Amino acid sequence: MSTEARAVHFPAADWGGGVHPYRVGHRKLGMWLFIVSDSLTFSALLIGYNYLRASNVWATPFPFYPSIVFSSVMTFCLLSSSLTMVFGVSASSRGDLKAVRKWILATIFFGVAFLVLHLIEWNHLISEGLTPFSLPAHWVSTFTTTDGQLPSPLFGATFFTITGLHMFHVATGAVYLAVVAARVKKLKHEDIEISGLYWHFVDLVWMFVFPLIYIMSVDVGGHLAK
Amino acid sequence: MSAHAEEEHFAGSNKLFTSIWIWLVLLTLIEIFLAYKPMSIPIMLTILLGLSIIKAALIVAYFMHLKFERLSLILTIVPMLVVCICLLFVFFPDSFRAAGLRYQFKEQPPAAEEH
Repeated sequence: MSTEARAVHFPAADWGGGVHPYRVGHRKLGMWLFIVSDSLTFSALLIGYNYLRASNVWATPFPFYPSIVFSSVMTFCLLSSSLTMVFGVSASSRGDLKAVRKWILATIFFGVAFLVLHLIEWNHLISEGLTPFSLPAHWVSTFTTTDGQLPSPLFGATFFTITGLHMFHVATGAVYLAVVAARVKKLKHEDIEISGLYWHFVDLVWMFVFPLIYIMSVDVGGHLAK
Repeated sequence: MSAHAEEEHFAGSNKLFTSIWIWLVLLTLIEIFLAYKPMSIPIMLTILLGLSIIKAALIVAYFMHLKFERLSLILTIVPMLVVCICLLFVFFPDSFRAAGLRYQFKEQPPAAEEH
């Protein structure tokens, strides 16, 4: 078979222009690429955090109440918000715009609940004396090792940076979804899907932040309460 | 893309999504349960990261709908992200070296000289 003949028989010239090679629009592809780059940002932060944990004595100060209870409820809120968001996208594919708006508003509700609980948790830690570069005095005395090694003061820096950046994403997502809900009649189905992609990504990041920041820092023996 | 094609494009039923959500909640409860089980940090970290990767995969595949997208999109996004994240771990072994360099405070640290 000649080269020309083979070119003619080559299936679906996906990369020849004039079509969508990935079968998604450019905006959706753009959101996927943004998600990839943002994933790397959070990965770098979480790996940096684990580097610091492995190279230092690290405080494990979170009690069951309020820290673990709050963060678990926050996780439940984000997971539920992802479910309502996917229901919204599903309703959008059926063209049921009333249901789309309802489900997006439910998603925003769960997102705002997450933010409020997180801010209460932050306020609790700040009132205990945690700052980005110093630990509360009773944490230092509790978690200093028997050979005199002090716990790293960078606990606060990593905690506030990672959870703060995630909180910023949740807040941005809530505003984004509010705009989508307000303009739902003017938007296409793919626009709703794209907003859903962003929201699910925020949920996805929390699936790593929650175990690494909270679960790995549980005060199992209740040392701080003693 | 026509509206009809878009409708077909979004696969998965609400029942499927609800079952995924139930799995995600169950895996989260297992994580919380594990937090109070005495075990070494490397084992705990391995189990927690394993569970997190399963949860992330469920979210990406079903909620973010990647499972129903074209293979070319999946192959463009997923492998390079995994490779880049693995490359970030290149520096990680240095943390164990850094742990050995910590000052032990067996005696009072010398006072800084005044200039």
